[in-house]
Amino acid sequence: MEARHKSMKAFGNELAAPEVQLEIINRKNGFPAFDSKYKDTGEDKLRAGKIEILQINLGKMCNQVCKHCHVDAGPDRKEIMSRETMEQCLTALKNSDIETVDLTGGAPEMNPDFKWFVTEIKKLDKHIIVRSNLTILVTNGFEDYPEFLAENQVEIVSSLPYYKASFTDRQRGSGVFEKSIKAMKILNGLGYGKEDSGLIFNLVYNPVGAFLPPGQECLEKDYKRELAKNFGIVFNNLYTITNMPISRYLEYLIASGNYEEYMEKLVNAFNPEAAKNVMCKYTLSVGWNGYLYDCDFNQMLELKVKTENSRHIKDFNQQILEGREIITGQHCFGCTAGAGSSCGGELT
Amino acid sequence: METYYDPKDLKKFSEIGEGAPELWKKFNDWYSEVFKEGALSEREKALIALAVAHAVQCPYCIDAYTQACLEKGADLEQMTEAVHVASAIRGGASLVHGVQMKNVNKKLTM
Repeated sequence: MEARHKSMKAFGNELAAPEVQLEIINRKNGFPAFDSKYKDTGEDKLRAGKIEILQINLGKMCNQVCKHCHVDAGPDRKEIMSRETMEQCLTALKNSDIETVDLTGGAPEMNPDFKWFVTEIKKLDKHIIVRSNLTILVTNGFEDYPEFLAENQVEIVSSLPYYKASFTDRQRGSGVFEKSIKAMKILNGLGYGKEDSGLIFNLVYNPVGAFLPPGQECLEKDYKRELAKNFGIVFNNLYTITNMPISRYLEYLIASGNYEEYMEKLVNAFNPEAAKNVMCKYTLSVGWNGYLYDCDFNQMLELKVKTENSRHIKDFNQQILEGREIITGQHCFGCTAGAGSSCGGELT
Repeated sequence: METYYDPKDLKKFSEIGEGAPELWKKFNDWYSEVFKEGALSEREKALIALAVAHAVQCPYCIDAYTQACLEKGADLEQMTEAVHVASAIRGGASLVHGVQMKNVNKKLTM
């Protein structure tokens, strides 16, 4: 596939529409339905437990256009969370015992109220995670962001699909690896990824193609050795994440003739132990417009939570949301394959 | 077009066990143990397997171990180097037999 410069939506690609994606994904093609397979866990239905993480999508705008992006993010996407919605998030956080706020995008830093929002969340004494694509931290106008994140003790989680330029640039765009290295050196300089600094810097691996991720522990050793040897870079943990068959990755799977086999791989690798720990059990996802979702993937598929009385952050009700039935589909096999996959890596 | 090798046949590999289930079980147990991380990582073992697959020219093994290498964290550069190792050994194995040719030549010629 050629390098991307715009989102699927900007190209008018019909796959940009969630209903088109759902129609494709939920064709069973002889595979068991996720709901029936989930029963292998010994639980009848997938239900949310206690909400530990509020994952907030600050917008779909991004300086990168990665080939596998499940958000279909890019510079042309204008959907951005407003300060009013951020204030509603803050109210929800004040009225809950949720301990962690996970900020994502797009590039969350591109939201003009990003710094204000981080500062306000910090006042609530919550742990903050920012999913940064790294290159934004070395982009004109954002050079002071690494220092700002360090001052606020924000944990940084960044995608780096490989410890070499080849795979990284093929997935994330030409020159991304070099810029990422530059950003990682700046973060290390501030203490990120270094023992006892208290500044956590984690990396994310996701496969550059139609295959499942390697074991997290084993690959982390390779990443640590190679990044230290070649660039003097250190980090805390590596999370391996499975690509979800939605949005741009779905487009890639279909265009490359890998869709059926990939789905077969996911279904055959269903692991009940991973399914017991899926992140929707303890994470609530907030869309850029304030609507609530069981996970970031359901958000992109526009599958709002089932709880009719608490479907928007302004109506946040922890009691109603905890214990809710999760909306599932065949894409859920992406989180339950092999060792499992979540925003925090493996599940087993 | 019919060919001797069909990619779909790879999924039938376990049917070999129907003729000799005990032997298949022993093979399977040993095979699984061989590829576990030990003194060598799973990635290194997958790369060795890929190289051997090329040396024995098994299309099933090449298919399976290209996927396995990717799923163990190898990239095209590492896989290509592994194939070169196999090729070098195959090429070297032919060339080193030239010593036999030289021995015979020496014996037979003035």
